[in-house]
Amino acid sequence: MADIVPTAAEDIPSAEVAEVDLYHAKSWWTKYVFSQDAKVIAVQYSCTAIAIGLVALVLSWLMRLQLGFPESFSFIDASDYYQFITMHGMIMVIYLLTALFLGGFGNYLIPLMVGARDMVFPYVNMLSFWVYLLAVVVLVASFFVPGGPTGAGWTLYPPQAILSGTPGSEYGIILMLVSLALFIIGFTMGGLNYVVTVLQARTRGMTLMRMPLTVWGIFVATILALLAFPALFVGAVMMLFDRILGSSFFMPAIVVMGEQLSYSGGSPILFQHLFWFFGHPEVYIVALPAFGIVSDLLSVHARRHIFGYRMMVWAIVIIGALSFVVWAHHMYVSGMNPWFGFFFATTTLIIAVPTALKVYNWTLTLWRANIQLTLPMLFALAFIVTFVNGGITGLFLGNVVVDVPLSDTMFVVAHFHMVMGVAPLLVIFGAIYHWYPLMTGRMLDEKMGKFHFWVTFIGTYTIFLPLHYLGILGVPRRYFEMGDTSFIPDSAQDLNAFITVAALIVGFAQLVFLYNLFRSLRHGKISERNPWKAASLEWQTAAYPPGHGNFGEHLPVVYRWAYDYGVPGAPDDFIPQNVPNNAVAESHAEAPSAADDAEAPRT
Amino acid sequence: MKKGFGVAFMLFLVTAGTVLFHVFSPWWWTPLASNWGYIDDTIILTFWITGVVFVAVLGFTAYCVLRFSYQEGRRSEYKPENKKVEWWLTGLTSLGVVGMLTPGLFVWNEFVSVPKDAAVIEVMGQQWQWSYRLPGKDGVLGTTDVRQVNDKNPFGINMKDPKGRDDVLISGEDLHLPLDKPVKVLLRSLDVLHDFYVPQFRAKMDMVPGVVTYFWFTPTRTGTFDALCFELCGVGHYAMRSKVVVEKEGAYQAWLKKQQTFAQSLRAAEKQSGAESKVASAQGSGNAAGGGSPPLVTGR
Amino acid sequence: MNFFREITQKSWLPTDGPGDEIRDHGAFALPQATVGLRVFLVVATVLFLLFVVAYSGRMAFPDWRAMPEPWLLWPNTLALILGSVALHGASLSARRGRMDELRTRLWAAAALSMAFLVGQVLVWQELFALGYFAAANPANAFFYLLTAIHGLHLLGGLGVLAWTVTRIYGGVEADQFKQSVNLCAVYWHFLLVVWLVMFGLLSFT
Repeated sequence: MADIVPTAAEDIPSAEVAEVDLYHAKSWWTKYVFSQDAKVIAVQYSCTAIAIGLVALVLSWLMRLQLGFPESFSFIDASDYYQFITMHGMIMVIYLLTALFLGGFGNYLIPLMVGARDMVFPYVNMLSFWVYLLAVVVLVASFFVPGGPTGAGWTLYPPQAILSGTPGSEYGIILMLVSLALFIIGFTMGGLNYVVTVLQARTRGMTLMRMPLTVWGIFVATILALLAFPALFVGAVMMLFDRILGSSFFMPAIVVMGEQLSYSGGSPILFQHLFWFFGHPEVYIVALPAFGIVSDLLSVHARRHIFGYRMMVWAIVIIGALSFVVWAHHMYVSGMNPWFGFFFATTTLIIAVPTALKVYNWTLTLWRANIQLTLPMLFALAFIVTFVNGGITGLFLGNVVVDVPLSDTMFVVAHFHMVMGVAPLLVIFGAIYHWYPLMTGRMLDEKMGKFHFWVTFIGTYTIFLPLHYLGILGVPRRYFEMGDTSFIPDSAQDLNAFITVAALIVGFAQLVFLYNLFRSLRHGKISERNPWKAASLEWQTAAYPPGHGNFGEHLPVVYRWAYDYGVPGAPDDFIPQNVPNNAVAESHAEAPSAADDAEAPRT
Repeated sequence: MKKGFGVAFMLFLVTAGTVLFHVFSPWWWTPLASNWGYIDDTIILTFWITGVVFVAVLGFTAYCVLRFSYQEGRRSEYKPENKKVEWWLTGLTSLGVVGMLTPGLFVWNEFVSVPKDAAVIEVMGQQWQWSYRLPGKDGVLGTTDVRQVNDKNPFGINMKDPKGRDDVLISGEDLHLPLDKPVKVLLRSLDVLHDFYVPQFRAKMDMVPGVVTYFWFTPTRTGTFDALCFELCGVGHYAMRSKVVVEKEGAYQAWLKKQQTFAQSLRAAEKQSGAESKVASAQGSGNAAGGGSPPLVTGR
Repeated sequence: MNFFREITQKSWLPTDGPGDEIRDHGAFALPQATVGLRVFLVVATVLFLLFVVAYSGRMAFPDWRAMPEPWLLWPNTLALILGSVALHGASLSARRGRMDELRTRLWAAAALSMAFLVGQVLVWQELFALGYFAAANPANAFFYLLTAIHGLHLLGGLGVLAWTVTRIYGGVEADQFKQSVNLCAVYWHFLLVVWLVMFGLLSFT
């Protein structure tokens, strides 16, 4: 990079990508409500997801209160409890995490990061949000119907899910299944956009391997979602038939409470296969965007390129592909053919290799870096801790025979909360602290952020680490109360009470975060352009924060990868992606950070 | 104090705290009461391998934060790839994975291969109680059919099958098992998914309506153990309890003698009820005679 | 696009220009709507494949009873084939710029597709009348399920077709609707193939 060859950079035509038909808003309604601008849709998606996520947070408090202090809260009975856990799980996995990562971050970042003006099908993109909102409304409606929402557990296993012994089997389960079907339809509309935008609308010079890992993560996750969600759709529709029309897809001959039901011959395990054929890729639908985003946070704030970029991309692709052949590791003790165990244990443990490599590369990115301990960096570090912890316990559960005593215990609960609850959420927080200035032009308050970070990180860790050990002890999941059980010591109940207190504290810290989000909109410190001195394209827009159409008259041309930090011989410690080689020397003057050069030593 | 010390220290604290918590945790598995010590061993092995990785990765991260935290004017190293490091890490990780998987698969092979001399018993789940069935004198369990379940025949034993007559039925009471005899547990459910689990035995399997599943183990310690349902089965899931008593052969035989067989329970039921129920039971056996195999089509 | 070559690129190495061949397209030299439709067709294929997998999985159980095959399914199939042919013709007319022919063929396609849908509803009614309810046997339930899902896909297609027709009558440039009509034709062919596979599956088992 030291020998800078002068080229006629000016002669290179800007994007030869076909211009997107931009829809220009004509009124307040089409600008902010029925908007076709991916950035507005992203905000709509995010706000809806966070709002419904708050419901799930409150549900988790209620269930923790019951677990920590059984028999103290008369307003929680067993069927309430099962409704709480079901709705908490479903909302967090589908309506919060999936929607926020893909609908929120995907919409906001993909066009900006690949140098496009918008998604390729803005109208379909808008529809996607409205169908998602409808799905959320149907879901919320189930709280208000007779019998309440379903309490079948988020896995919705038949026959139990649609029989009278389960709360919400009257209307709750129907609304749940309808809501899921709607969500999938809405997601497919959005997902087509994300995939085609990445494939077709990249700007000049933005080769696949110059895309930031954030885009890679979201791109591959979207492909997984497009291929996996149909399985859930099929399962949901077939179960609706069983519930409403009395067909027997998943329902064998059954006697409930001495009464013979008219079902016959169906297979409950068939549903489990369909569910987990969706359910396991779903884990990576949440994890891959988190992988991508955290790579970028680490790189920008450590002022160093991501280590082993190619390996990182390949790992994302390999993990995505493998995630379709591991689903039955959720079913080792389901009663399926036990010989499947050999195959699925092997594939599951193989997936640990590319995943571990990603972890190594994140930590190696920090090696000989220049680490700024900003809030996004703190959250990224916390992600590494929780992800390593959660990933490791996955090796227990994936190894078929080890799973036998641990399945359906609190160990499983602790594992998936650590690996696909806490870890991705920490990334989401880090990402919000990182991109909030881009979205609003203001910084989030640092003091509140630090408080939020430490309480969230240490708090969640103290919630979920001990929970593993309750699982090893043999405490089952989905128990309303343990009652007297000879092998469970009293101290386990004390630990449960402690976990509940920690959960309440962590929950309240999130309110501080929300307050920070709202307060900083008006009162936050005005952010300079590109406050983190990031090299990727979303910070190099004409207007700051970016306006409709994202870039100025011409789309940017990309000359390098997104990780040119600490390039030897360059005047600044970073080179934006749209700076040509022969302009590197002057890039110092051009770079948005020109006003503030205190941190940029000249060599 | 050096920049980054605080964060690095916290990372170190979390790592060390995790290890210490693991070592000193009073919450650990229940003492083993079956032959599945291999499962425990595999878990311990997994803890060692993954524990080393956990400490190494987080220790390295903490060190980097301490050593390379921001300094004005310093440039980070520019070295996009290091093939050698990446190959070594891939190799070591694969080795660790093989180290965990291989013993795991061997133990699983044992888990799914039932010894020939295992005694067969049946555990039946329904919302929200456990019942047990032992083969009786002929050593064979009678065939069953959910469609034949009624008040007098709560197990749905096929009325035409003579092998079912001497089956020993236990409902609402504890299951007894003889010490040191391998048992193959057949699992059956009348309504929804259940899962019969005694933590001290380490072995479990879901019971699925419409199919018979199984697992096997050998009780190796006498005592009374809690059995719980480990698959969500509706609102009474948490209350679906029973107990398993493991005792020496003599005590077991004494207990077994006191239990009722299917034939006895049918007679008792008939004695209790009047002439009306006699008609009903005759109809019941008439149904059974009509179809030895499961009814195939049931319209509404 | 050579995907393999692209993802092994050492993208940190300096290049003089933008580093990609001058291109006026993305990864594929196709219009974006075409790529979009193809991605959607992949998703829809996965959906129908999973139904087929579930179907064959459920079929293995002993309570499976094959269903009678209403004769009306044959004229329905014919209507869908003709609809597909008509749209294909429309696509050709659009390419050649023959507007009157295009309009006739589009209307024909729409009418035939509607006829197919009405025919399917009639088949349902006939089966109801004969007592083949969804609850009676999984084969019946699958029949209703698959025909319903297929019908909904076709209904969605008709929505897009209607939008295209209004644009043509609204006097949009030929370049723009040419593509729309072409994509509709592709979608109809896809749904025809899906129907033929399902029809075969439903009538032979």
